[in-house]
Amino acid sequence: MSNAETPEPGLTREDVAAVARLALLELTDDELEEFTGQLAAVLDHARDVEALDVADVAPTHHPFRLENVTRPDRVVPSLDRAEVLAQAPLVQDDRFRVPPALGEQP
Amino acid sequence: MSALELADAVRTGARTAVDVLEQHLAEIRSREPEIHAFNLVTEAVGREQAAAVDAAVAAGDDPGPLAGVPVALKDNTCTRGIATTAGSRILDQWRPPYDATVVTRLREAGAVLVGKTNLDEFAMGSSTENSAFGPTRNPLDPSRVPGGSSGGSAAAVAAGFAAVGIGSDTGGSIRQPAALCGVVGLKPTYGGVSRYGLMAFASSLDQIGPFTATVADAATVYEVIAGHDPLDSTSIPQPARPITATLDQGVEGLRVGIIGELSGDVAAGSVEGIAPDVVARLHEAAAALEAAGARVGTASVPAAVYGVSAYYLIAPAEASSNLARYDGVRFGLRVDGHNTHQMNANTRTAGFGAEVKRRIMLGTYALSAGYYDAYYGKAQRVRTLIIDDFDAAYADFDLLLSPTSPTTAFALGAKTADPLTMYLNDVCTIPSNLAGHPAVSVPFGVGDDGLPVGVQVLAPMQAEPLMMRAAAVLEAAAA
Repeated sequence: MSNAETPEPGLTREDVAAVARLALLELTDDELEEFTGQLAAVLDHARDVEALDVADVAPTHHPFRLENVTRPDRVVPSLDRAEVLAQAPLVQDDRFRVPPALGEQP
Repeated sequence: MSALELADAVRTGARTAVDVLEQHLAEIRSREPEIHAFNLVTEAVGREQAAAVDAAVAAGDDPGPLAGVPVALKDNTCTRGIATTAGSRILDQWRPPYDATVVTRLREAGAVLVGKTNLDEFAMGSSTENSAFGPTRNPLDPSRVPGGSSGGSAAAVAAGFAAVGIGSDTGGSIRQPAALCGVVGLKPTYGGVSRYGLMAFASSLDQIGPFTATVADAATVYEVIAGHDPLDSTSIPQPARPITATLDQGVEGLRVGIIGELSGDVAAGSVEGIAPDVVARLHEAAAALEAAGARVGTASVPAAVYGVSAYYLIAPAEASSNLARYDGVRFGLRVDGHNTHQMNANTRTAGFGAEVKRRIMLGTYALSAGYYDAYYGKAQRVRTLIIDDFDAAYADFDLLLSPTSPTTAFALGAKTADPLTMYLNDVCTIPSNLAGHPAVSVPFGVGDDGLPVGVQVLAPMQAEPLMMRAAAVLEAAAA
């Protein structure tokens, strides 16, 4: 979806609740209230670029023109499996264990 | 003693690395409870490394250019087997399974790790008040902040806890705390120093660099940590440019431009909020360069005034993606839930602090359907404008000059209630990150409150050698 116009000002609580859900963050009502005001202020400040005509300006994603970087396909030592798994919250059979992805824990 | 003097003393056997380390640990014991520069003091590791350096000296081997130099490392930089927190509950007690490339290179150069320094959580902040483990205080006035996000590393060098601090700079996080703590802070060219092992905040902006007491120390540390690293695909495929060899060549004949938009002269188009005492030091610094033979004029980088707006859309957008990995699955905190999705949400809700949540949400919003073009897309085009304006300025000037921070160190708590006010601290430093250019903050006198002022020297891509020559002239003039 494309929207070349800057949206109307006024970030709503519903907007913030929606992005919090997308970002896997749960907010209390008080947090929602506080964050909405703070984020709206930042977005409002960002409206200073509104007057700029940048339609013909190419976007910059990165300081350099990024190209694929490859290396020779050689086997080299990797991270130590035991050391990596030792840092995991829960491990079973050399794998990261998580709660059920579908449904609920019995 | 500077890092170079310490290394020289250790290499010649005048002092042992263990003795140098113990002296710094004594300083830490005496003032660290008040300053809180560190999340972890690595006494045992440091003693082991120092003993190895002394053994090398005794065996007649070259222990490296940073022999026995105590280094304080920002705690978003991975150290194998040593807790690395990023100032966040979500990584409390996490022990990385590998070393960052800068850690390996520093060790190979003979440096000794004294500790992991405090920071704003995931490097998001300008005061080091956003750490989950409490704020760091400015050693020059503990009622003030040290700046941020690398405030712990800046404070560690200013307090004499370490001769070298390592920080990361995404929007000014090395240069601004360097200015507020009265030390030298160098942000190299993007891609100049490997980011392997640095916890990603905004990948197209992040860059590692040193804090030191002197310009020559910063140049030496740069030469140790810079240069191509195959483990970072954005690393410039060239060796580090030598800086130290030409450091004393002065600025005779160089053209230096004061960035009008960051000069404090609002009538002439400058951003507002740059304090008069900071502006005064900027002009004194320009006069010092002129006295040393530089030709000083006023440069124009018109789009620089939009830097804060562009940055606070681009950096949160990249952060919202980079921080998706902290989900309780593979490392760090897990707060359980009845299914994976709920576990992920519970972990992130409990593990991240308020500023990190703000930026993740801001970035998620800026990238969301319907708003992408208006916010993120526009910010990327503004980024191009800033680069183009810098390029135009560098057609007329070899180097540019600006304040580093709009003010001297502010009081703890002064700006925590209003994130936007905090963000505006970065107005002078952000443009270099957006362009990928190097910049360095050099202490230059004090403000009306007696606290240090930093002057920033900016240069085009990979022009660190020239930039550091000007920094050396400013250092000499300020002395």
